[in-house]
This record gives sequence, structure tokens and C-alpha cells, in this order.
Amino acid sequence: MQPGLFHILFISTTLFFLGVYGFFTRRNLITMLMSLELILNSVNLNFIAFNKYLWPGQMEGLFFTVFIIAIAAAEAAVAIAIIINLYRSHRSIDVESAEEMKY
Amino acid sequence: MDGSTIIFYLLAGMTLGCGFLSVLTRQIFRAAIYLLFALIGIAGLYFWMNYEFIAAVQIVVYVGGIVVLIIFSIFLTQQAGDTLASPKLGRALFSGLAVFCAFAFTMLQIWQDGFVKAGTAGEPLTVRKIGEKMLSTEEGGYALPFEVISMLLLAAMVGCIVIALRQKPETEEIK
Repeated sequence: MQPGLFHILFISTTLFFLGVYGFFTRRNLITMLMSLELILNSVNLNFIAFNKYLWPGQMEGLFFTVFIIAIAAAEAAVAIAIIINLYRSHRSIDVESAEEMKY
Repeated sequence: MDGSTIIFYLLAGMTLGCGFLSVLTRQIFRAAIYLLFALIGIAGLYFWMNYEFIAAVQIVVYVGGIVVLIIFSIFLTQQAGDTLASPKLGRALFSGLAVFCAFAFTMLQIWQDGFVKAGTAGEPLTVRKIGEKMLSTEEGGYALPFEVISMLLLAAMVGCIVIALRQKPETEEIK
């Protein structure tokens, strides 16, 4: 079967829900961040697939992907700065150990 | 089954397999390496779809930037050889069930939806066209989002430095 839009959407849906599963089950902040990267990548894959198969000749999906990648890079950098700061004060990066801002 | 199809299935298998392992493995460093290969697989899919520019950006930013950052932060915060605690059975079970149901529902929607091709194939995308569109101030140009993103990156950079700054010793009173 010639791969087309449906196959790409299958891959991106699977990656998205894998990321969601990781986000639910992991308790370590770095692994949660990694699951988040999987989710963002599946969204990018969707944008590119729709741009290629449904609106060829236009570039909207491509630009959305570029901007999402830029925002994801900024988000990962800020998240890792927060994680390192948290490790410095709590000696642990489990979400359970960072409960002071909860209430 | 021609070569392009085989390459597609190889890339898809690599991406999904490494994604699975990255989410399920108990060793955090291995999780980062599996994530690396999943991201490379996605870049390969972009190459397969003839979006070379996005594939290059993906490799430079994700593989060269974010994964290296994640590996460094693992080195900074984790003891070597530590394994992560496995999730509670109930939590793993229920999130697995919820994720599977949502996945099945989404795939059903995608299967039933006949996507309508709305555009006509134009000239192939070149980097020159992308760059001109990105900096054009006319209608449909992306000059404003480009500038906003550059401000966002600057703000994120300053914010990172401020957050990760080591606190001064206790002798100096915090205002």
C-alpha cells in the first residue's frame, strides 16, 4: 500500500498518545519534558503532512512548524533552567518533591 | 512495493519503536538516547516528504540542541546507574487505558474523514522562497511573527540566565 496522508497521521497520532502516556506515568521532570517533546513533534508532523497532501504549493504548515520548533526550543531551555534550580534547592527532580507551590 | 515505500516503513518503524522505548524504559539516559533516534526518524520522514528545510531545522534544533541539553541536565541531576521508579500499577493501567481509548477514537475519526485536497501543486519549495516569505511585510508575509519569535527567544535566554543564577551566599540580605 502506497504510504500517504493516513499513514503519516497514524504515526503522528501514535507519537502524540505515547507522549501523553509518558506525561501521565513519569514522575521525573526530565522524562516528562521528553514526553512533551514527543507531543510537539507529532504536531509538527501533522502540519507538514497536511501542507504536503492537502495544500501543496502553499507554505502555511511549514511556517507553523518552524515557529513551533523555535518556541519548543525556548520552552525546553527555560524548563531545564527551572529543573536545575529545583535540583539545587531540593536535591531531587521528582514532581512529588516540589509541592511547595501547590496550595 | 518500491524503494520509497520501504524507506517510509523503515523510518516509521524506527520512529515509533524508539518513541515506545523512550516512554517505557526505566533508565533515564537510555530514554534520552531513544528520544534522539525518534527525532532523527521524524527528520527522515520530513526528508521523505521532500521538506528538506524542515528536516535540516529539525536535526539542528532538536538533535543538536534540545537532546544535548537534556543529556547535560541528566548528567547534572541524576546519579549514574539510577533507575527510575516504575509507575504505580493503577496509574499505569488507567493512563494506558485512557490513552488507548483516545487513540482508537482519534484513529476512527481520521479513518472516516475523507480529507479533501484543496490546493493545486505549485512549484517546489525552495529555501529562497521560504526566506522571502518569512521576511516579507506584504499580505501573507511572516515578518511580524518572525520578530515576535526573536523577542521570545531573547526573553527566554535572559529568563534562563536569571533562573539558573546561583543565589548569593546568606550573608547578603535578599531584597
